[in-house]
Amino acid sequence: MFARGSKSRRIAAAVLPPVLFAIFVLAAWQLYVVLGDVKESTLPPPTDIAKSLWENRTMLIENAWVTIKEIALGFLAAIALGVGLAVLIRSSRKVERAIYPWLVVSQMVPIPAIAPLLVIWTGFDMRPKVIVIMLVSFFPIAVNTIDGLRAVEPELMNLLKTLKANSWQRFRKAQLPAALPFMFSGLKVAAALSVIGAVFAEWVGASEGLGYLVLVLNNQTATTEMFAVIFTLALIGILLFLFVTLLERLLLPWYYESRESEGEGLHLEVEEKA
Amino acid sequence: MQAGTKLKIEGLSKTYKGAGGGENVTALRDVGIEIGDGEFVSIVGPSGCGKSTLFNIIAGLIRPSSGSVLLDGREPDELLGSVGYMPQRDCLMPWRTVLDNTTLGLELNGVRKKEAHQKAMAEFERFGLAGFEKHWPAKLSGGMKQRAALLRTFLAGRDVMLLDEPFGALDALTRANMQEWLLDVWQEDRKTILFVTHDVEEAIYLSDRVYVMSGRPGRVSLCVDVTLPRPRKAEVSMSPEFLLLKQKLLRPLEEAAAGGGAFYDDRPTLEEQL
Repeated sequence: MFARGSKSRRIAAAVLPPVLFAIFVLAAWQLYVVLGDVKESTLPPPTDIAKSLWENRTMLIENAWVTIKEIALGFLAAIALGVGLAVLIRSSRKVERAIYPWLVVSQMVPIPAIAPLLVIWTGFDMRPKVIVIMLVSFFPIAVNTIDGLRAVEPELMNLLKTLKANSWQRFRKAQLPAALPFMFSGLKVAAALSVIGAVFAEWVGASEGLGYLVLVLNNQTATTEMFAVIFTLALIGILLFLFVTLLERLLLPWYYESRESEGEGLHLEVEEKA
Repeated sequence: MQAGTKLKIEGLSKTYKGAGGGENVTALRDVGIEIGDGEFVSIVGPSGCGKSTLFNIIAGLIRPSSGSVLLDGREPDELLGSVGYMPQRDCLMPWRTVLDNTTLGLELNGVRKKEAHQKAMAEFERFGLAGFEKHWPAKLSGGMKQRAALLRTFLAGRDVMLLDEPFGALDALTRANMQEWLLDVWQEDRKTILFVTHDVEEAIYLSDRVYVMSGRPGRVSLCVDVTLPRPRKAEVSMSPEFLLLKQKLLRPLEEAAAGGGAFYDDRPTLEEQL
Protein backbone atom coordinates (compact mmCIF):
# COMPACT_ATOMS: atom_id res chain seq x y z
CA MET A 1 0.00 0.00 0.00
CA PHE A 2 1.22 3.48 -0.87
CA ALA A 3 1.89 5.61 2.15
CA ARG A 4 0.09 8.91 1.83
CA GLY A 5 3.33 10.84 1.79
CA SER A 6 4.47 14.13 0.31
CA LYS A 7 2.75 15.90 -2.56
CA SER A 8 5.49 15.04 -5.06
CA ARG A 9 5.10 11.42 -4.15
CA ARG A 10 1.38 11.51 -4.78
CA ILE A 11 1.92 13.18 -8.15
CA ALA A 12 4.46 10.49 -9.04
CA ALA A 13 1.91 7.86 -8.09
CA ALA A 14 -0.59 9.46 -10.45
CA VAL A 15 1.75 10.10 -13.39
CA LEU A 16 4.07 7.11 -13.31
CA PRO A 17 1.62 4.29 -14.12
CA PRO A 18 0.26 5.80 -17.37
CA VAL A 19 3.77 6.80 -18.50
CA LEU A 20 5.11 3.31 -17.84
CA PHE A 21 2.15 1.83 -19.66
CA ALA A 22 2.78 4.07 -22.68
CA ILE A 23 6.45 3.07 -22.76
CA PHE A 24 5.42 -0.57 -22.62
CA VAL A 25 2.99 -0.18 -25.54
CA LEU A 26 5.50 1.74 -27.66
CA ALA A 27 8.22 -0.82 -26.99
CA ALA A 28 5.90 -3.67 -27.98
CA TRP A 29 4.97 -1.77 -31.14
CA GLN A 30 8.64 -1.23 -32.01
CA LEU A 31 9.49 -4.87 -31.44
CA TYR A 32 6.55 -6.04 -33.52
CA VAL A 33 7.50 -3.84 -36.47
CA VAL A 34 11.23 -4.66 -36.35
CA LEU A 35 10.98 -8.39 -35.69
CA GLY A 36 7.93 -8.91 -37.91
CA ASP A 37 9.55 -7.02 -40.77
CA VAL A 38 6.43 -4.88 -41.29
CA LYS A 39 6.56 -2.44 -44.22
CA GLU A 40 6.96 1.17 -43.15
CA SER A 41 4.04 2.26 -45.33
CA THR A 42 1.82 -0.12 -43.33
CA LEU A 43 3.00 0.58 -39.80
CA PRO A 44 6.07 2.69 -39.09
CA PRO A 45 8.06 2.06 -35.90
CA PRO A 46 7.59 4.64 -33.10
CA THR A 47 11.20 5.79 -33.44
CA ASP A 48 10.56 6.85 -37.05
CA ILE A 49 7.41 8.66 -35.97
CA ALA A 50 9.40 10.48 -33.31
CA LYS A 51 11.98 11.45 -35.92
CA SER A 52 9.23 12.67 -38.24
CA LEU A 53 7.67 14.70 -35.43
CA TRP A 54 10.99 16.46 -34.90
CA GLU A 55 11.86 16.97 -38.57
CA ASN A 56 8.43 18.33 -39.47
CA ARG A 57 8.00 20.37 -36.32
CA THR A 58 7.58 23.72 -38.08
CA MET A 59 4.91 22.40 -40.43
CA LEU A 60 3.16 20.58 -37.59
CA ILE A 61 3.15 23.60 -35.30
CA GLU A 62 1.88 25.91 -38.03
CA ASN A 63 -0.98 23.60 -38.91
CA ALA A 64 -1.64 22.70 -35.29
CA TRP A 65 -2.08 26.38 -34.54
CA VAL A 66 -4.82 26.60 -37.19
CA THR A 67 -6.60 23.55 -35.79
CA ILE A 68 -6.21 24.73 -32.18
CA LYS A 69 -7.86 28.04 -33.03
CA GLU A 70 -10.76 26.19 -34.67
CA ILE A 71 -11.13 23.88 -31.70
CA ALA A 72 -10.95 26.72 -29.18
CA LEU A 73 -13.65 28.72 -30.96
CA GLY A 74 -15.78 25.65 -31.66
CA PHE A 75 -15.49 24.46 -28.07
CA LEU A 76 -16.48 27.87 -26.71
CA ALA A 77 -19.41 27.97 -29.14
CA ALA A 78 -20.41 24.47 -27.97
CA ILE A 79 -20.37 25.62 -24.34
CA ALA A 80 -22.51 28.64 -25.20
CA LEU A 81 -24.97 26.55 -27.20
CA GLY A 82 -25.02 23.61 -24.77
CA VAL A 83 -25.43 25.66 -21.59
CA GLY A 84 -27.82 28.07 -23.28
CA LEU A 85 -30.07 25.24 -24.46
CA ALA A 86 -29.92 23.59 -21.04
CA VAL A 87 -31.01 26.76 -19.27
CA LEU A 88 -33.72 27.35 -21.85
CA ILE A 89 -35.01 23.80 -21.57
CA ARG A 90 -35.06 23.93 -17.78
CA SER A 91 -36.76 27.32 -17.75
CA SER A 92 -40.23 25.90 -18.35
CA ARG A 93 -41.85 22.55 -18.74
CA LYS A 94 -43.48 23.52 -22.02
CA VAL A 95 -40.19 24.56 -23.55
CA GLU A 96 -38.63 21.34 -22.28
CA ARG A 97 -41.38 19.25 -23.91
CA ALA A 98 -41.07 21.14 -27.17
CA ILE A 99 -37.29 21.17 -27.51
CA TYR A 100 -35.83 18.21 -25.65
CA PRO A 101 -36.89 15.48 -28.14
CA TRP A 102 -35.42 17.51 -30.99
CA LEU A 103 -32.21 17.91 -29.08
CA VAL A 104 -31.90 14.13 -29.05
CA VAL A 105 -32.97 13.84 -32.68
CA SER A 106 -30.28 16.36 -33.63
CA GLN A 107 -27.70 13.76 -32.64
CA MET A 108 -29.11 11.28 -35.15
CA VAL A 109 -28.06 13.62 -37.94
CA PRO A 110 -24.61 12.58 -39.15
CA ILE A 111 -22.74 15.84 -38.69
CA PRO A 112 -19.85 14.92 -41.05
CA ALA A 113 -22.47 14.50 -43.76
CA ILE A 114 -23.78 18.02 -43.35
CA ALA A 115 -20.29 19.51 -43.19
CA PRO A 116 -20.16 19.93 -47.02
CA LEU A 117 -23.45 21.84 -46.81
CA LEU A 118 -21.94 24.16 -44.26
CA VAL A 119 -19.04 24.79 -46.60
CA ILE A 120 -21.49 25.68 -49.37
CA TRP A 121 -23.33 28.04 -47.05
CA THR A 122 -20.44 29.72 -45.28
CA GLY A 123 -17.38 29.26 -47.47
CA PHE A 124 -13.89 27.87 -46.98
CA ASP A 125 -12.82 29.99 -44.04
CA MET A 126 -12.96 29.08 -40.37
CA ARG A 127 -16.71 29.38 -39.94
CA PRO A 128 -17.79 25.91 -41.15
CA LYS A 129 -15.10 24.31 -38.99
CA VAL A 130 -16.19 26.15 -35.87
CA ILE A 131 -19.82 25.24 -36.59
CA VAL A 132 -19.03 21.55 -37.14
CA ILE A 133 -16.99 21.38 -33.93
CA MET A 134 -19.82 23.08 -32.08
CA LEU A 135 -22.44 20.71 -33.49
CA VAL A 136 -20.36 17.64 -32.72
CA SER A 137 -19.60 18.59 -29.11
CA PHE A 138 -22.50 20.61 -27.70
CA PHE A 139 -24.73 17.62 -26.97
CA PRO A 140 -22.94 16.14 -23.93
CA ILE A 141 -22.65 19.63 -22.46
CA ALA A 142 -26.37 20.27 -22.93
CA VAL A 143 -27.53 16.91 -21.59
CA ASN A 144 -25.26 16.96 -18.56
CA THR A 145 -26.13 20.55 -17.71
CA ILE A 146 -29.84 19.74 -17.95
CA ASP A 147 -29.34 16.88 -15.51
CA GLY A 148 -27.31 19.20 -13.30
CA LEU A 149 -30.01 21.85 -13.23
CA ARG A 150 -32.42 19.14 -12.12
CA ALA A 151 -30.05 17.93 -9.40
CA VAL A 152 -30.67 20.69 -6.88
CA GLU A 153 -32.58 19.55 -3.79
CA PRO A 154 -36.21 20.76 -3.90
CA GLU A 155 -35.98 21.48 -0.16
CA LEU A 156 -33.14 23.89 -0.84
CA MET A 157 -35.26 25.71 -3.41
CA ASN A 158 -38.08 25.95 -0.85
CA LEU A 159 -35.66 27.19 1.77
CA LEU A 160 -34.49 29.91 -0.59
CA LYS A 161 -38.08 30.92 -1.23
CA THR A 162 -38.67 31.34 2.51
CA LEU A 163 -35.53 33.51 2.59
CA LYS A 164 -37.18 35.72 -0.03
CA ALA A 165 -34.88 34.76 -2.89
CA ASN A 166 -36.39 35.59 -6.28
CA SER A 167 -36.17 33.18 -9.16
CA TRP A 168 -32.94 34.71 -10.49
CA GLN A 169 -31.30 34.44 -7.08
CA ARG A 170 -32.49 30.86 -6.72
CA PHE A 171 -30.95 30.09 -10.08
CA ARG A 172 -27.66 31.82 -9.43
CA LYS A 173 -27.17 30.75 -5.82
CA ALA A 174 -28.45 27.17 -5.96
CA GLN A 175 -29.31 25.71 -9.35
CA LEU A 176 -26.28 26.93 -11.24
CA PRO A 177 -23.59 25.93 -8.72
CA ALA A 178 -25.31 22.56 -8.24
CA ALA A 179 -25.21 22.04 -12.00
CA LEU A 180 -21.53 22.89 -12.46
CA PRO A 181 -20.04 19.46 -11.64
CA PHE A 182 -22.42 17.91 -14.16
CA MET A 183 -21.55 20.54 -16.72
CA PHE A 184 -17.86 19.76 -16.31
CA SER A 185 -18.51 16.06 -16.97
CA GLY A 186 -20.11 17.15 -20.22
CA LEU A 187 -17.18 19.44 -21.01
CA LYS A 188 -14.70 16.58 -20.70
CA VAL A 189 -16.61 14.46 -23.19
CA ALA A 190 -17.02 17.48 -25.44
CA ALA A 191 -13.27 18.17 -25.32
CA ALA A 192 -12.54 14.80 -26.89
CA LEU A 193 -15.32 15.17 -29.46
CA SER A 194 -14.19 18.64 -30.50
CA VAL A 195 -10.89 17.28 -31.88
CA ILE A 196 -12.80 14.71 -33.92
CA GLY A 197 -15.06 17.48 -35.17
CA ALA A 198 -12.08 19.57 -36.25
CA VAL A 199 -10.64 16.73 -38.34
CA PHE A 200 -14.00 16.07 -40.02
CA ALA A 201 -14.46 19.73 -40.79
CA GLU A 202 -11.02 20.08 -42.34
CA TRP A 203 -11.53 17.00 -44.49
CA VAL A 204 -14.48 18.65 -46.18
CA GLY A 205 -12.86 21.87 -47.23
CA ALA A 206 -9.62 23.29 -45.95
CA SER A 207 -6.20 24.35 -47.14
CA GLU A 208 -4.44 24.15 -43.79
CA GLY A 209 -4.76 22.46 -40.42
CA LEU A 210 -3.86 19.02 -39.07
CA GLY A 211 -6.98 17.36 -40.50
CA TYR A 212 -6.13 18.70 -43.91
CA LEU A 213 -2.55 17.39 -43.49
CA VAL A 214 -3.86 13.90 -42.74
CA LEU A 215 -5.80 13.97 -46.01
CA VAL A 216 -2.84 15.17 -48.06
CA LEU A 217 -0.39 12.72 -46.49
CA ASN A 218 -2.85 9.88 -46.97
CA ASN A 219 -2.87 10.59 -50.71
CA GLN A 220 0.93 10.36 -50.70
CA THR A 221 0.88 7.20 -48.55
CA ALA A 222 3.25 9.00 -46.20
CA THR A 223 2.27 6.79 -43.29
CA THR A 224 5.00 7.87 -40.91
CA GLU A 225 4.14 11.53 -41.35
CA MET A 226 0.44 10.72 -40.93
CA PHE A 227 1.20 9.12 -37.60
CA ALA A 228 3.12 12.22 -36.58
CA VAL A 229 0.02 14.31 -37.32
CA ILE A 230 -2.25 11.88 -35.48
CA PHE A 231 0.02 12.06 -32.43
CA THR A 232 -0.14 15.84 -32.56
CA LEU A 233 -3.93 15.75 -32.76
CA ALA A 234 -4.10 13.38 -29.82
CA LEU A 235 -1.82 15.68 -27.87
CA ILE A 236 -4.17 18.61 -28.52
CA GLY A 237 -7.09 16.53 -27.26
CA ILE A 238 -5.20 15.48 -24.14
CA LEU A 239 -4.18 19.06 -23.40
CA LEU A 240 -7.73 20.33 -23.82
CA PHE A 241 -8.98 17.60 -21.50
CA LEU A 242 -6.34 18.45 -18.91
CA PHE A 243 -7.21 22.13 -19.22
CA VAL A 244 -10.88 21.39 -18.51
CA THR A 245 -9.89 19.23 -15.54
CA LEU A 246 -7.63 21.96 -14.20
CA LEU A 247 -10.41 24.50 -14.58
CA GLU A 248 -12.74 22.17 -12.72
CA ARG A 249 -10.33 21.88 -9.83
CA LEU A 250 -9.87 25.63 -9.65
CA LEU A 251 -13.55 26.52 -9.96
CA LEU A 252 -15.01 23.68 -7.91
CA PRO A 253 -12.55 23.08 -5.06
CA TRP A 254 -15.41 21.88 -2.86
CA TYR A 255 -16.41 19.23 -5.36
CA TYR A 256 -12.90 18.10 -6.05
CA GLU A 257 -11.95 17.85 -2.39
CA SER A 258 -15.03 15.97 -1.24
CA ARG A 259 -14.73 13.61 -4.19
CA GLU A 260 -11.08 13.02 -3.51
CA SER A 261 -11.63 12.09 0.13
CA GLU A 262 -14.43 9.73 -0.89
CA GLY A 263 -12.21 8.16 -3.52
CA GLU A 264 -9.41 7.62 -1.04
CA GLY A 265 -11.77 5.84 1.28
CA LEU A 266 -12.89 3.56 -1.54
CA HIS A 267 -9.38 2.64 -2.58
CA LEU A 268 -8.38 1.90 0.98
CA GLU A 269 -11.34 -0.40 1.34
CA VAL A 270 -10.40 -2.29 -1.80
CA GLU A 271 -6.77 -2.56 -0.79
CA GLU A 272 -7.69 -3.86 2.62
CA LYS A 273 -9.84 -6.55 1.08
CA ALA A 274 -7.01 -7.50 -1.24
CA MET B 1 -50.50 30.74 27.87
CA GLN B 2 -48.57 33.97 27.63
CA ALA B 3 -50.20 37.26 26.80
CA GLY B 4 -49.04 37.86 23.23
CA THR B 5 -50.07 35.31 20.64
CA LYS B 6 -47.38 35.18 18.02
CA LEU B 7 -48.73 32.65 15.58
CA LYS B 8 -52.31 31.50 15.32
CA ILE B 9 -53.61 28.93 12.91
CA GLU B 10 -57.35 28.66 12.54
CA GLY B 11 -59.54 26.14 10.76
CA LEU B 12 -56.80 25.16 8.38
CA SER B 13 -57.72 22.59 5.74
CA LYS B 14 -55.93 21.39 2.67
CA THR B 15 -57.36 19.16 -0.01
CA TYR B 16 -55.33 17.95 -2.93
CA LYS B 17 -57.15 17.28 -6.18
CA GLY B 18 -56.91 13.66 -7.13
CA ALA B 19 -54.62 13.06 -10.06
CA GLY B 20 -56.40 12.24 -13.32
CA GLY B 21 -59.92 12.47 -11.90
CA GLY B 22 -59.00 10.30 -8.93
CA GLU B 23 -60.34 10.86 -5.45
CA ASN B 24 -59.47 14.06 -3.68
CA VAL B 25 -57.08 13.66 -0.78
CA THR B 26 -57.65 15.64 2.37
CA ALA B 27 -54.24 16.24 3.90
CA LEU B 28 -55.41 18.54 6.69
CA ARG B 29 -58.83 19.08 8.22
CA ASP B 30 -59.68 21.99 10.49
CA VAL B 31 -56.30 22.32 12.18
CA GLY B 32 -55.98 24.93 14.91
CA ILE B 33 -52.74 25.80 16.68
CA GLU B 34 -51.70 28.73 18.83
CA ILE B 35 -48.21 29.79 19.84
CA GLY B 36 -47.40 32.60 22.25
CA ASP B 37 -44.48 34.96 21.83
CA GLY B 38 -41.27 33.20 22.85
CA GLU B 39 -42.93 29.82 23.28
CA PHE B 40 -41.55 26.48 22.24
CA VAL B 41 -44.33 24.36 20.80
CA SER B 42 -44.08 20.91 19.26
CA ILE B 43 -46.22 18.88 16.93
CA VAL B 44 -45.99 15.12 17.23
CA GLY B 45 -47.51 12.73 14.80
CA PRO B 46 -46.91 9.62 12.75
CA SER B 47 -45.56 9.95 9.24
CA GLY B 48 -48.27 10.84 6.78
CA CYS B 49 -50.26 12.88 9.30
CA GLY B 50 -49.91 16.06 7.30
CA LYS B 51 -47.13 17.64 9.36
CA SER B 52 -45.14 18.59 6.29
CA THR B 53 -48.19 20.04 4.56
CA LEU B 54 -48.93 22.08 7.67
CA PHE B 55 -45.34 23.34 7.76
CA ASN B 56 -45.30 24.26 4.14
CA ILE B 57 -48.53 26.21 4.59
CA ILE B 58 -47.18 28.12 7.60
CA ALA B 59 -43.96 28.82 5.71
CA GLY B 60 -46.08 30.21 2.87
CA LEU B 61 -44.86 27.64 0.36
CA ILE B 62 -48.34 26.26 -0.37
CA ARG B 63 -51.77 27.81 0.06
CA PRO B 64 -54.41 26.23 2.28
CA SER B 65 -57.80 25.31 0.85
CA SER B 66 -59.41 27.16 3.74
CA GLY B 67 -58.50 28.67 7.08
CA SER B 68 -55.96 31.28 8.04
CA VAL B 69 -52.48 31.77 9.41
CA LEU B 70 -52.21 34.84 11.63
CA LEU B 71 -48.90 36.41 12.60
CA ASP B 72 -49.12 38.91 15.47
CA GLY B 73 -52.89 38.80 15.17
CA ARG B 74 -53.22 39.58 11.48
CA GLU B 75 -52.76 37.92 8.14
CA PRO B 76 -49.44 39.05 6.68
CA ASP B 77 -49.47 40.48 3.15
CA GLU B 78 -47.03 37.82 2.13
CA LEU B 79 -46.61 34.81 4.36
CA LEU B 80 -43.70 33.50 2.33
CA GLY B 81 -40.56 34.96 3.86
CA SER B 82 -42.21 36.03 7.12
CA VAL B 83 -41.38 32.85 8.98
CA GLY B 84 -38.02 31.15 9.45
CA TYR B 85 -37.95 27.65 8.05
CA MET B 86 -35.58 24.78 8.53
CA PRO B 87 -36.31 21.76 6.34
CA GLN B 88 -35.73 18.22 7.50
CA ARG B 89 -32.48 17.82 5.61
CA ASP B 90 -29.74 20.28 6.42
CA CYS B 91 -29.75 21.63 2.84
CA LEU B 92 -26.31 23.14 3.30
CA MET B 93 -24.82 24.15 -0.02
CA PRO B 94 -21.75 21.98 -0.60
CA TRP B 95 -20.11 24.72 -2.69
CA ARG B 96 -20.19 27.25 0.15
CA THR B 97 -18.02 27.24 3.23
CA VAL B 98 -19.79 26.71 6.53
CA LEU B 99 -19.55 30.45 7.20
CA ASP B 100 -21.04 31.40 3.84
CA ASN B 101 -23.81 28.87 4.36
CA THR B 102 -24.85 30.40 7.65
CA THR B 103 -25.00 33.92 6.22
CA LEU B 104 -27.32 32.96 3.35
CA GLY B 105 -30.36 34.66 4.86
CA LEU B 106 -28.44 37.84 5.68
CA GLU B 107 -27.02 37.92 2.18
CA LEU B 108 -30.48 37.66 0.65
CA ASN B 109 -31.60 40.45 2.96
CA GLY B 110 -28.99 42.67 1.34
CA VAL B 111 -26.61 42.76 4.31
CA ARG B 112 -23.03 43.48 3.25
CA LYS B 113 -20.79 40.44 3.20
CA LYS B 114 -18.35 41.71 5.80
CA GLU B 115 -21.09 42.65 8.21
CA ALA B 116 -22.87 39.33 7.66
CA HIS B 117 -19.66 37.47 8.38
CA GLN B 118 -19.11 39.40 11.59
CA LYS B 119 -22.66 38.67 12.74
CA ALA B 120 -22.26 34.98 12.01
CA MET B 121 -18.80 34.71 13.55
CA ALA B 122 -20.18 36.10 16.79
CA GLU B 123 -22.46 33.05 17.00
CA PHE B 124 -20.04 30.34 15.89
CA GLU B 125 -18.85 29.61 19.41
CA ARG B 126 -22.37 29.25 20.77
CA PHE B 127 -23.36 26.95 17.91
CA GLY B 128 -20.33 24.73 18.44
CA LEU B 129 -18.89 25.54 15.04
CA ALA B 130 -15.85 27.61 16.02
CA GLY B 131 -12.82 26.73 13.91
CA PHE B 132 -14.93 25.32 11.09
CA GLU B 133 -15.76 28.61 9.37
CA LYS B 134 -13.73 27.89 6.25
CA HIS B 135 -14.56 24.18 6.01
CA TRP B 136 -16.79 22.64 3.37
CA PRO B 137 -20.01 21.25 4.85
CA ALA B 138 -19.04 17.78 3.61
CA LYS B 139 -16.36 17.71 6.31
CA LEU B 140 -18.81 18.28 9.16
CA SER B 141 -20.41 15.64 11.36
CA GLY B 142 -24.19 15.15 11.23
CA GLY B 143 -24.73 17.13 14.43
CA MET B 144 -22.57 20.01 13.24
CA LYS B 145 -24.42 20.15 9.93
CA GLN B 146 -27.71 20.52 11.79
CA ARG B 147 -26.24 23.22 14.02
CA ALA B 148 -24.98 25.09 10.96
CA ALA B 149 -28.42 24.80 9.37
CA LEU B 150 -29.97 26.07 12.61
CA LEU B 151 -27.58 29.00 12.72
CA ARG B 152 -28.55 29.85 9.15
CA THR B 153 -32.20 29.87 10.26
CA PHE B 154 -31.39 31.92 13.39
CA LEU B 155 -29.42 34.51 11.45
CA ALA B 156 -32.21 34.98 8.93
CA GLY B 157 -33.77 36.89 11.80
CA ARG B 158 -37.42 35.85 11.67
CA ASP B 159 -39.37 35.95 14.96
CA VAL B 160 -40.98 32.59 14.37
CA MET B 161 -38.98 29.54 13.37
CA LEU B 162 -40.30 26.28 12.00
CA LEU B 163 -38.02 23.34 12.63
CA ASP B 164 -38.96 20.14 10.80
CA GLU B 165 -37.49 17.13 12.62
CA PRO B 166 -34.03 18.71 12.78
CA PHE B 167 -32.59 15.83 14.80
CA GLY B 168 -34.43 13.03 13.02
CA ALA B 169 -31.40 11.67 11.23
CA LEU B 170 -28.96 11.81 14.15
CA ASP B 171 -27.83 8.94 16.35
CA ALA B 172 -29.36 8.75 19.83
CA LEU B 173 -26.40 10.19 21.71
CA THR B 174 -25.82 13.13 19.37
CA ARG B 175 -29.52 13.70 19.40
CA ALA B 176 -29.69 13.96 23.20
CA ASN B 177 -26.77 16.42 23.17
CA MET B 178 -28.40 18.48 20.47
CA GLN B 179 -31.69 18.67 22.38
CA GLU B 180 -29.96 19.94 25.48
CA TRP B 181 -27.95 22.41 23.42
CA LEU B 182 -31.03 23.67 21.57
CA LEU B 183 -32.79 24.34 24.87
CA ASP B 184 -29.78 26.38 26.06
CA VAL B 185 -29.72 28.43 22.89
CA TRP B 186 -33.46 28.96 22.92
CA GLN B 187 -33.39 29.92 26.62
CA GLU B 188 -30.97 32.73 25.80
CA ASP B 189 -32.94 34.59 23.17
CA ARG B 190 -36.41 33.11 23.41
CA LYS B 191 -37.41 32.99 19.82
CA THR B 192 -40.78 31.49 19.02
CA ILE B 193 -40.29 27.94 17.83
CA LEU B 194 -42.65 25.47 16.23
CA PHE B 195 -40.96 22.10 16.24
CA VAL B 196 -42.05 18.97 14.43
CA THR B 197 -40.97 15.54 15.59
CA HIS B 198 -42.22 11.99 15.78
CA ASP B 199 -40.42 11.47 19.06
CA VAL B 200 -42.76 12.06 22.02
CA GLU B 201 -39.94 12.32 24.57
CA GLU B 202 -38.16 14.91 22.49
CA ALA B 203 -41.38 16.92 22.25
CA ILE B 204 -42.03 16.84 26.00
CA TYR B 205 -38.43 17.62 26.92
CA LEU B 206 -38.24 20.68 24.68
CA SER B 207 -41.72 22.18 24.63
CA ASP B 208 -44.12 24.39 26.50
CA ARG B 209 -46.98 22.71 24.71
CA VAL B 210 -47.36 19.64 22.54
CA TYR B 211 -49.96 19.08 19.84
CA VAL B 212 -50.64 15.55 18.73
CA MET B 213 -51.69 15.10 15.14
CA SER B 214 -53.28 12.05 13.66
CA GLY B 215 -53.43 11.23 10.02
CA ARG B 216 -55.86 10.70 7.16
CA PRO B 217 -57.02 13.37 7.23
CA GLY B 218 -54.46 15.24 9.33
CA ARG B 219 -56.02 16.87 12.34
CA VAL B 220 -55.10 17.87 15.88
CA SER B 221 -56.29 15.15 18.21
CA LEU B 222 -54.77 16.39 21.46
CA CYS B 223 -53.09 19.40 22.99
CA VAL B 224 -51.13 19.09 26.21
CA ASP B 225 -49.38 21.82 28.20
CA VAL B 226 -45.99 20.79 29.54
CA THR B 227 -45.59 22.36 32.96
CA LEU B 228 -42.20 20.91 33.81
CA PRO B 229 -40.06 23.68 35.29
CA ARG B 230 -37.33 25.29 33.21
CA PRO B 231 -34.40 25.22 32.75
CA ARG B 232 -34.72 21.50 32.15
CA LYS B 233 -31.96 18.97 32.40
CA ALA B 234 -31.92 15.64 30.62
CA GLU B 235 -32.72 13.86 33.93
CA VAL B 236 -36.20 15.34 33.79
CA SER B 237 -37.20 12.47 31.52
CA MET B 238 -37.06 10.13 34.54
CA SER B 239 -39.52 12.18 36.58
CA PRO B 240 -43.07 10.89 37.19
CA GLU B 241 -44.61 14.01 35.63
CA PHE B 242 -42.67 13.36 32.48
CA LEU B 243 -43.77 9.75 32.31
CA LEU B 244 -47.37 10.74 32.92
CA LEU B 245 -47.22 13.21 30.05
CA LYS B 246 -45.63 10.62 27.86
CA GLN B 247 -48.40 8.15 28.58
CA LYS B 248 -51.02 10.78 27.88
CA LEU B 249 -49.46 11.71 24.56
CA LEU B 250 -48.76 8.19 23.42
CA ARG B 251 -52.37 7.07 23.78
CA PRO B 252 -53.84 9.06 20.87
CA LEU B 253 -50.80 8.21 18.79
CA GLU B 254 -51.31 4.50 19.38
CA GLU B 255 -55.00 4.86 18.65
CA ALA B 256 -54.17 6.70 15.47
CA ALA B 257 -51.78 3.94 14.49
CA ALA B 258 -54.42 1.30 15.24
CA GLY B 259 -57.20 3.26 13.57
CA GLY B 260 -55.08 3.89 10.54
CA GLY B 261 -54.24 0.21 10.52
CA ALA B 262 -56.57 -0.40 7.65
CA PHE B 263 -54.09 1.42 5.47
CA TYR B 264 -50.96 -0.39 6.50
CA ASP B 265 -51.85 -3.41 8.57
CA ASP B 266 -54.88 -5.66 8.58
CA ARG B 267 -53.83 -7.79 11.51
CA PRO B 268 -56.09 -7.59 14.58
CA THR B 269 -54.81 -5.41 17.41
CA LEU B 270 -53.62 -7.00 20.61
CA GLU B 271 -56.90 -6.19 22.35
CA GLU B 272 -58.93 -7.81 19.60
CA GLN B 273 -56.79 -10.92 19.79
CA LEU B 274 -57.38 -11.18 23.51
